[in-house]
Amino acid sequence: MAEPQDVTLDDEPLLVAEHLGKNYGRLTACRDVSFALFPGEVLAIVGESGSGKSTLLQLLSAQLAPSAGRVSYRMRDGVLRDLAALGEAERRFLFRTDWGYVHQDPAQGLRMAVSAGANVGERLMAVGWNHYGRIRDTASSWLERVEIDTARIDDAPRTYSGGMRQRLQIARNLVTEPRLVFMDEPTGGLDVSVQARLLDLMRNLVSELGLAAIVVTHDLAVARLLSHRVMVMKGGRVVETGLTDQVLDDPREPYTQLLVSSILPA
Amino acid sequence: MTAMIDISNAEKTFTMHLQGGVELPVVRGVSFHVEPGECVVLSGPSGAGKSSILKMIFGNYRCDGGRIGIRHQGAVIDLATAEPRQVLSVRRSTIGYVSQFLRAVPRVATIDVVAEPLIANGTARAEAREKAGALLRRLNIPERLWALPPSTFSGGEQQRVNIARGFISDLPILLLDEPTASLDAANRAVVVELIEEKKRQGVAMVAIVHDDEIRHLIADRVVDVTSFAAAA
Repeated sequence: MAEPQDVTLDDEPLLVAEHLGKNYGRLTACRDVSFALFPGEVLAIVGESGSGKSTLLQLLSAQLAPSAGRVSYRMRDGVLRDLAALGEAERRFLFRTDWGYVHQDPAQGLRMAVSAGANVGERLMAVGWNHYGRIRDTASSWLERVEIDTARIDDAPRTYSGGMRQRLQIARNLVTEPRLVFMDEPTGGLDVSVQARLLDLMRNLVSELGLAAIVVTHDLAVARLLSHRVMVMKGGRVVETGLTDQVLDDPREPYTQLLVSSILPA
Repeated sequence: MTAMIDISNAEKTFTMHLQGGVELPVVRGVSFHVEPGECVVLSGPSGAGKSSILKMIFGNYRCDGGRIGIRHQGAVIDLATAEPRQVLSVRRSTIGYVSQFLRAVPRVATIDVVAEPLIANGTARAEAREKAGALLRRLNIPERLWALPPSTFSGGEQQRVNIARGFISDLPILLLDEPTASLDAANRAVVVELIEEKKRQGVAMVAIVHDDEIRHLIADRVVDVTSFAAAA
């Protein structure tokens, strides 16, 4: 159905953003963003190009240092820690294990010249797996989960279609069972027919694994299908936020009304 | 309070910023309650705000004033002020909604579309599919269609899939937006039967039905929405 599956109520947030801002010289890319993300919750950040949504995603995933405010993340020991204060080992743990990052362009998230199996297995080896047979079996079962023919396990992703590459990137990210996945326009570069299949797949995986996710998209249909909550951005600010179907069916702010009414009926 | 739904002075106005900020009052002073096992039918002409009221009770439309009290997991929660996560929790375990139109993800088989609410609530897949099959059979959707996505079905078939999906869970509140609108007599009778069964289980229901005969069969009480008209 068009609604994402439900989250369970959990009282402790997984990630907290407080008054986040980023300036590039005199240009403000992102200003005063605050929210809390809970385990199993999917948040969509929507807005047009230049609205600051990609900058925000980079701030949230510690790839960019904020000019103001901070991002805290609940580590597996249950303690909420400021990302800026993490040591190198802790940051590595987050990037290799506890987080996933799905890029719009799969070539940025995959190693295009090594086999699909190695692309998935590499994340496992990074967290200490060393039994070749087990790594291969796990990689192969993940290829199946993302609907890639396991006969293609030894082929490099540069021989894959766009949709297959994107599914492989998802498998590579999820194999370590992260608790939080960042996605930057995950369906952006794909044909419409391929998008529907990928969305359905992501939606099921997110709910089966109880993943929290932050999805940046300019496509409101993607937000509706995947997210529980949506944040609408314009000019670096959050202009409206709320339950996804509420914001899309009953938009309050002028800019959100414009976005929603600009969708061409299929 | 024993009522499952207790609404007082709820109101809704749309502000159309793209039309120069014109204000479109929809309803105000909406007050009524629904007891367990009771079916309240909203009446009034098209445009009176019946669907808007249902959407406010489901938390799909925001409420600009007043209170929408819902009995949820043993306590009363005000949906007019609830957090998104609380609204989702209410939808998972308290309120079901049968909309007029089916909005399905492409590619998903009919049987899974129907079984999904149960699976999301922790029922084993096999059991959920079995229950889904039983409901589809009752609603006269032939078994050969179950493995197909409903997007290619006729309007009446899609509505029956939607009804099956809405009725499969054992939720204590059910909202029905014209559940019989595009159905033939035989299938309308099945829906009336399903509603009767829900009443016997103590489910509180709010329905919109245009068909006088159906309304007569299912309504325990009629609430006239025109009295909530928000005169501009």
